[in-house]
Amino acid sequence: MKFAILVNEGPYTHQAADSAYLFCRAALAKGHEIVRVFFYHDGVNNATRLTEPPQDDRHIVNRWSRLAEEHGVDLVVCVAAALRRGIREENLASGFRISGLGQLIEAGIQADRTVTFGD
Amino acid sequence: MSEGTIKKFMYVNRKAPYGTIYALESLEVVLIAAAFDQDVSLVFMDDGVYQLRKGHQTKGIEVKNFQPTYRALEDYDITRLYVEREALQARGLTADDLCVPVEVLERAEIGRLMEQQDVVFSF
Repeated sequence: MKFAILVNEGPYTHQAADSAYLFCRAALAKGHEIVRVFFYHDGVNNATRLTEPPQDDRHIVNRWSRLAEEHGVDLVVCVAAALRRGIREENLASGFRISGLGQLIEAGIQADRTVTFGD
Repeated sequence: MSEGTIKKFMYVNRKAPYGTIYALESLEVVLIAAAFDQDVSLVFMDDGVYQLRKGHQTKGIEVKNFQPTYRALEDYDITRLYVEREALQARGLTADDLCVPVEVLERAEIGRLMEQQDVVFSF
C-alpha cells in the first residue's frame, strides 16, 4: 500500500514525530511504500540540522535523514510554515527539502492512505 | 494514480481560531487545495466552530484577524461547509452567529460523511 504521512508537531515536545517515524519504519519493513512525509505546523522543526539532543537520547532529526538515505523517502517541509519558524535551506538537515503545500495535496492524491500525526 | 484523479478531501477544523496556529495554517492548506480541482469540504466542530463566529476582534492580542478569508472561500469554489450541531449548541451558538452560510449537521451525520472521504485532514 502507498502511504502519505503528515507530521504536525515538533520533535521532543510531542510524540507525533516519534510515532510518525516508527510508523514509516514499520510500513517499509512490511513492504509498503511511503509516497512522502510532509512536515507542517511545528512539524517543520523536525528538519533543522541545528538540533542537538543529549547524548543518551534519540536523535529525531538524524533518524529522519537516515530514513531518507536508506529508503529514498521524500521528506518535504512546508515553505510557509518553515519560514515562520526560522527553518531555511541553510539549516536544513540532509534528506529534507523545502517546498509548497501543493506537495501535501499531491501526496494525498497519489497515496492509498494519508495518515496524520499530531493533536 | 492518473493526473485527472479527483478525490474527496475533507478538512476538519477543531481548534479555536486564536491561541494556536492550527486554524490559520489549516486555512492556508484549504486555499492551496482549491487549485487542485479536488472535491473539497470543510467541517467545523469542537472549538473549531469559533473560527466562524462573527465579529473576531484581534487588536488586543496583536494577531492578524483572518476571518475575512472564510468569506472568500466561495471565490475559490469551496462552498461545502459543515458545522456540527452539538458543538454549536454546547457553546450557545446558532448558524445565525456565523460569518458564512453553512450546513448544520448532527455529529452522526458528519461521521457518515467522513466515511465517504478519500482523505481527511484534521487540524
